[in-house]
Amino acid sequence: MRNIPQLLVHDHADNVGVVVVEDLKAGTEMLCVVTSDNSDFRLTAKADIPIGHKVALKALKAGDTVIKYHEDIGKMVGDAEVGGHVHTHNCKTKRW
Amino acid sequence: MALDFSNATVKAWRRENGRVGVRNHVLILPVDDISNAACEAVANNVKGTLAIPHAYGRLQFGEDLELHFRTIIGTGANPNVAAVVVIGIEPEWTQVIVDGIAKTGKPVTGFSIEQKGDFETIRQAGWKAKEYVHWASELQKEDCPISDLWISTKCGESDTTTGLSSCPTVGNMYDKLLPQGIYGCFGETSEITGAEHICEKRAANPEAAAKFKKIWQAYSDDVIFAHQTDDLSDSQPTKGNILGGLTTIEEKALGNLEKIGRTSTYIDAMGPAETPSKGPGLYFMDSSSAAAECVTLMAAGGYVIHTFPTGQGNVVGNPIVPVIKISGNPRTLRTMSEHIDVDVTGVLTREMTIDQAGDALIEMIIRTANGRMTAAEALGHREFSMTKLYRSA
Repeated sequence: MRNIPQLLVHDHADNVGVVVVEDLKAGTEMLCVVTSDNSDFRLTAKADIPIGHKVALKALKAGDTVIKYHEDIGKMVGDAEVGGHVHTHNCKTKRW
Repeated sequence: MALDFSNATVKAWRRENGRVGVRNHVLILPVDDISNAACEAVANNVKGTLAIPHAYGRLQFGEDLELHFRTIIGTGANPNVAAVVVIGIEPEWTQVIVDGIAKTGKPVTGFSIEQKGDFETIRQAGWKAKEYVHWASELQKEDCPISDLWISTKCGESDTTTGLSSCPTVGNMYDKLLPQGIYGCFGETSEITGAEHICEKRAANPEAAAKFKKIWQAYSDDVIFAHQTDDLSDSQPTKGNILGGLTTIEEKALGNLEKIGRTSTYIDAMGPAETPSKGPGLYFMDSSSAAAECVTLMAAGGYVIHTFPTGQGNVVGNPIVPVIKISGNPRTLRTMSEHIDVDVTGVLTREMTIDQAGDALIEMIIRTANGRMTAAEALGHREFSMTKLYRSA
């Protein structure tokens, strides 16, 4: 049986990926797959991150634009380390 | 290797106007809220009928009244409906509904309550409903090409898995079936926000792009900015979306738009509950992102099957249109699988491609058209929610 990825990334331009397994624990060396071409890489999760939630693929600082689907999905309003959790506590739309 | 659906057929009912229906309802349809009780009494007395009570229909005016009429008439006119008994408080608006439905050529009769009372109305309407049930129950299905199906879509309780799996599954279905000649429909005006530039580019012609942009801009200006609180992200994304990992409206919109696939383009942008008028193809419909309101509007537009991707597990159904639920979220499949018709969790584990997921959805569409009850039908989900544009007089 193939290894099941813990993280999926839509596009190589993205700076976040999505946890696709339940009960992911801090310290897990995740198999990460880029869905646009099925290439893969490894990344260590820095927190317990729920299924469906985002992980920073590089260090993100407040003010940085968050890229997913090769598109702008909002801005960081706090920092996230590589492998850290990106969600409403540190990321927000630029619209309202 | 993708399956070939070009010669696929379904067993369904060909209606008087040539449209194909996949269900065979006899509806007891209220014109207004105060006629609900009489409609429900008739549906209780005559088995094989279905009443669809709703909240509005009195003292509406202007565009809001037009939308009300269009929604009620469109529901009765839908090819999943064989015949209709209409009940309203007074005769004139009742006749407006009857005349609108009668254009399809299907049997429809109206009854009004004033000067008669509920008892006498229920008695008269019951006799007509019984006559329609006998007639409709003998109508035979026939082989119809898959291209005769009108298939709509809207996602709900979305999360990041919908953008990765269930929404692109619907998109793959459209990329395969729209070239066969089906009618498609997507909408959710507020939820395109963040992907409006992409949606605009997916129009098949400049007129459709301009109509979409006008609808989207009008919603932003007249509704969002006219009524905004300090932060619309308290509602969009929803609390359920946020629990599922969606952070911003842009992220939600980009996942949502995966439902129109890679190659599909829309040929027109239409108002809520409007019937497509430019032939086979994909249409954008101005609509709420609230599940029951949106499915109700698309059913009133004439769509006979609805495909519904969900992440966190929306349970919505519709009284007349089978709603096929698709999910790729393994936690949702583990905790509430009774609501899911098509399991695409394999897309996340990389054991299933989007192409295979699209084929699985098309196979479920064919089975549903042939009569398989959806999870929402089996569980009795019949949400019928009118969209209201402003306060009544």
